[in-house]
Amino acid sequence: MMALSKKMLEQEPSEIETLLPWHAAGTLNARDARRVEEALARDPELARQYAVIREEYAETIALNESLGAPSARAMQKLFAAIDAEPARKADASLYLPSRFTGFFASLSPRTLAWSASLGALALLLQATAIGVVLMKNQSATYQTASLSLNEPASEPVTRALEASPRSRASGQEQLPRALVRFKPDARISDVNALLDTYQASIIGGAQGGMLRLQFGSSAMTKDEVAGLISKLQREKIVSLAVAAP
Amino acid sequence: MQVLYGRHHVRVFRFGLRLVRDEQIAEDLISEVFLDVWRQAGKFEGRSAVSTWLLAITRFKALSALRRRKDVELEDDAANAIEDTSDDPEVTVQKKDTSTALRKCLSVLSAEHREIVDLVYYHEKSVEEVAEIVGIPENTVKTRLFYARKKLAELLKAAGVERGWP
Repeated sequence: MMALSKKMLEQEPSEIETLLPWHAAGTLNARDARRVEEALARDPELARQYAVIREEYAETIALNESLGAPSARAMQKLFAAIDAEPARKADASLYLPSRFTGFFASLSPRTLAWSASLGALALLLQATAIGVVLMKNQSATYQTASLSLNEPASEPVTRALEASPRSRASGQEQLPRALVRFKPDARISDVNALLDTYQASIIGGAQGGMLRLQFGSSAMTKDEVAGLISKLQREKIVSLAVAAP
Repeated sequence: MQVLYGRHHVRVFRFGLRLVRDEQIAEDLISEVFLDVWRQAGKFEGRSAVSTWLLAITRFKALSALRRRKDVELEDDAANAIEDTSDDPEVTVQKKDTSTALRKCLSVLSAEHREIVDLVYYHEKSVEEVAEIVGIPENTVKTRLFYARKKLAELLKAAGVERGWP
């Protein structure tokens, strides 16, 4: 067994030996990983080679990370090329299921987990808002599903999700809102902490993985909103924040 | 597309840059890769990870770009030239900087060896995924990486760096 790694230098490498780099990278399946670990425990030569591999692994990562990132020119060129493409003949909706599958497959487990958590949080907020509205309406002496004696029938029951009563009352004042995209590695606890800090609530989702947030309990001037957005942009877990109507 | 681009463009760029060794060409490559993805999105069947699909397209585009430059057959000469004209491993060893020497030697491996080292160590691709990206059998993937590592050890040894293997 001791000669396992020596032997292969003159001849073909052993199978275990060829698997060492994947073991260092953590990409072996459980069965192979166990086989490699057992071999490493038995063969000091192999263990020495594994230490060398771990060094190569670290330096390869460092080398690649030192290469930097492409300039914005590449993205501009890409989207200009896409804009110049002829309209697609086939109905894009036909591909929707596979696009959904592909999109979710591209997400890391952590991203999927916090996205699901955010979705659940949004649903909870929505349910709470609807519940509050319904509870308020229970003070009425008489109520049907389609008509409330306290309010004009034309107002939808879910209005609280669209705008605050205050903003509707004034007709001009509106609570500040923003579209915010969190970084993929942001934890749900960090997102919750940010929402608390800014007294923000999630009032809806938007395309491109962005969430629509509403802030505070009173209207702000344009400058105040700009300051708020700027502050949000500097948050570690925020990748993009833009003011929203 | 913006989300996909945002998530993967840096790794695609770095993989392409390690293959073509030219930032301008590598930047052009990523535009071509993602444009292809946009055109062929309907063909992606989700049997492999999106990153594996992207790296396979990048590799194909990089090799085409190298062929266009008509210097792919001079790969080894180019590598030697780079080694001869700059801060080579021997100089680095004189500085007793094994880490830098290792990176230098990683840079002068052949394109075939560079890509497999990067795919396994940096892009963390499994044997099966590397086989899919490079288009070779899984056993060849394993032995090719072994010989890439052996070549790396030879380069380091020639530069006076002994690491205890082989």
